[in-house]
Amino acid sequence: MSKQIDYFKPLDEIIGDNKGDASQLIPMLQKIQESYGYLPMDVIVEMSERTGIKVTDIMGVASFYAGFRLTPLGKYVVKICAGTACHVNGAETIAETICEELNVNLDETTEDGLFTVETVACLGCCSLAPVMMINGEVYGRLTRDKTKKILREYKELEGA
Amino acid sequence: MKVIVGLGSCGIAAGGMKVYDKIYSLLENYGRQDITLASTGCMGMCFAEPLVEVLDEQGSHIYGLLDEENVLDVFRSHVLDGEVADQYLVKSERNDCTNAAFFSKQVRVVLSRCGAINPEEIEDAMELGAYSGLVRALSMTPQEVVEEVKASGLRGRGGAGFPTGLKWDFALASQADQKYMLCNADEGDPGAFMDRSILEGDPHSVIEGMIIGGYAIGATIGIIYARSEYPLAIERLELAMEQAKEKGFLGKNILGSGFDFDLSIKQGAGAFVCGEETAMMASIEGQRGMPRIRPPYPAERGLFNQPSNINNVETLANIGYILNFGADDYRQYGTEETKGTKVFALAGKIKRGGLVEVPAGLTVREVIEDIGGGSSSGKPIKAVQLGGPSGGCIPVELFDTPIDYGTLAETGAIMGSGGLVVMDEDNCMVDIARYFLDFTQKESCGKCTFCRVGTKRMLEILTRITEGKGVPGDIEKLETLAHQVQKNSLCALGQTAPNPVLTTLKYFRHEYEAHINDKKCPALQCRALISYRIDPVLCTGCTVCARNCPVHCISGEPRETHVIDPSICTRCGNCKAVCRFGAVIVE
Ligand SMILES: Cc1cc2nc3c(=O)[nH]c(=O)nc-3n(C[C@H](O)[C@H](O)[C@H](O)COP(=O)(O)O)c2cc1C
Ligand code: FES
Repeated sequence: MSKQIDYFKPLDEIIGDNKGDASQLIPMLQKIQESYGYLPMDVIVEMSERTGIKVTDIMGVASFYAGFRLTPLGKYVVKICAGTACHVNGAETIAETICEELNVNLDETTEDGLFTVETVACLGCCSLAPVMMINGEVYGRLTRDKTKKILREYKELEGA
Repeated sequence: MKVIVGLGSCGIAAGGMKVYDKIYSLLENYGRQDITLASTGCMGMCFAEPLVEVLDEQGSHIYGLLDEENVLDVFRSHVLDGEVADQYLVKSERNDCTNAAFFSKQVRVVLSRCGAINPEEIEDAMELGAYSGLVRALSMTPQEVVEEVKASGLRGRGGAGFPTGLKWDFALASQADQKYMLCNADEGDPGAFMDRSILEGDPHSVIEGMIIGGYAIGATIGIIYARSEYPLAIERLELAMEQAKEKGFLGKNILGSGFDFDLSIKQGAGAFVCGEETAMMASIEGQRGMPRIRPPYPAERGLFNQPSNINNVETLANIGYILNFGADDYRQYGTEETKGTKVFALAGKIKRGGLVEVPAGLTVREVIEDIGGGSSSGKPIKAVQLGGPSGGCIPVELFDTPIDYGTLAETGAIMGSGGLVVMDEDNCMVDIARYFLDFTQKESCGKCTFCRVGTKRMLEILTRITEGKGVPGDIEKLETLAHQVQKNSLCALGQTAPNPVLTTLKYFRHEYEAHINDKKCPALQCRALISYRIDPVLCTGCTVCARNCPVHCISGEPRETHVIDPSICTRCGNCKAVCRFGAVIVE
């Protein structure tokens, strides 16, 4: 029971005294994702009970926006830029290399829970195309070899 | 002497922070407290990031492509000994350098302070004129402000190009207790970064535009809807808003005028369609971001059913200038139909990619060749894509088209928001069309059938053409679908989604035909239609290709000719990339 109270603790501040003000739904979900890493189902149910916003409405919004995730992320999130500039500079080959090297598909997490691989639209550094971002760190002017080397460094760091 | 490091997203991504830290510790070590170290936003020359500007008695010297090591050379030579380090120079007031052409055809109205000020210091911005437009606007009546903007000829920079003054006039005329002034900072075009750079480099220009807009239409609440993928822009915007409040530009009774204006930021959650104005308002209200039919237009019934006005970031960044210097001054730039300047994000296969601002009327060729320096690969440029998923491709034959709403639309492309992606001979135009359709199809909100289903069917046809499974009649089917989707979709996402397909069909039909009829990809890009082999004359048997092949399909003894097994080969191109003798041939 006490664990439950701790588990839902972040909601106290995030929801506050919001009673059904749906215009705050997206900011609330963003904060929940910030503190839990994703949107766990039990937290959504708890949020629904506290605010009176229906679970179906919350899920409707959560599943509409690509920014929300309903499953946990790996320790490292590898974001491959799929923007136009990166595309014309061979982003597809880079995506392939990453999936090969980590042995996962796009939008999936490796079995050991270390890496999640996903694509994003333009990271805003098109002059460095092709580009990927790992936990906020940007790597540009990628080649197959450079990509592999970077990933191996992360793997080594984790002793994997 | 002052040393300034470019710390926009592009600069940081390229390693600007490390360069900044290095200079910081060098100044410490050498005890040079007399030298100021500062940071600024995007200087425009993204191709040469990280950039460091050294200001001395002789003026400005910008060094590029720096890292933790070579910055030491610049530091020793210029900062310590006062000798310009020519080797790393990318722009200078004293010396001529090869990149001078990058700036010579640009005019900086919107970007005048971007890369010149520390975006985190409001005093910096004010010294260069920020909020002077607001002061003048507050001395005029709202109707006079609207008339000034009308007279400037400014049209929306978010894509549709609607006259801004007229839009404000509608919103001013609407009667309501509460009106809203909204800023569209949802920049969703995948390959564009104009708005982000403005927000990061000079957030005050946008804030000033919002306050003036609010005053003009009679809105006391302003909301900036910002893309959540732009954390740095949001951070700087928040700081700038705080500082503007301290100075009395935001809040109650602004500068004693009696006008109140509150500004806040709403973050998007990753949906391209939320850039569409009615979808954006739904998203601010906390709903799924789905567009609705217009009319009623936002000026009549917008956010929370109240009259609202929506403008793009760059549109707003023009407002301070117009009010400060007057409509007549602004109209000196541009063409009959398109007044002022346009900011472009120049990217793709271009030598000098970056953020550029040019007066309307300059030709596409001048932007790409004179400013951008031509192709980065050395291979001929084939086309340029303008306006992202809603835009189109302009072939090199039409590069003399002037940049103007009307003339660009005639080509089938659009002025768009400003993404400009250059493609060379190695880029397959069918693949580009497929790329954009893939994007719009995924981002379609699903509300109307033509967009939801039509784009999916178009994507299927394009995919099969690139996979070598195209059949005669596919091109005609694509055209029919394209026109239906264009005509019947609910919002501009669907209405413009076929543009990349239609323009590539118009100018590069032969590439489609080659894929379908001859099963060939002229750009040698579509994997199903190419094959790799090793030239026995050029191959030295060095074994590098065999060792780098991910599927082990290359065989051969050391110092003997190697052979690719086409039945296993996945055509990843790795062997070609690693071969030092040019022996791998693609056909
Ligand atoms: C699918 C779609 C995406 C859009 N994305 C943006 C965007 O990212 N930024 C923007 O300013 N306008 C965008 N627009 C255009 C806006 O709907 C609107 O026309 C614009 O914000 C009006 O501002 P302006 O008149 O100052 O250009 C988009 C439109 C559509 C249909
Ligand atoms: S397209 Fe990849 S960073 Fe812009």
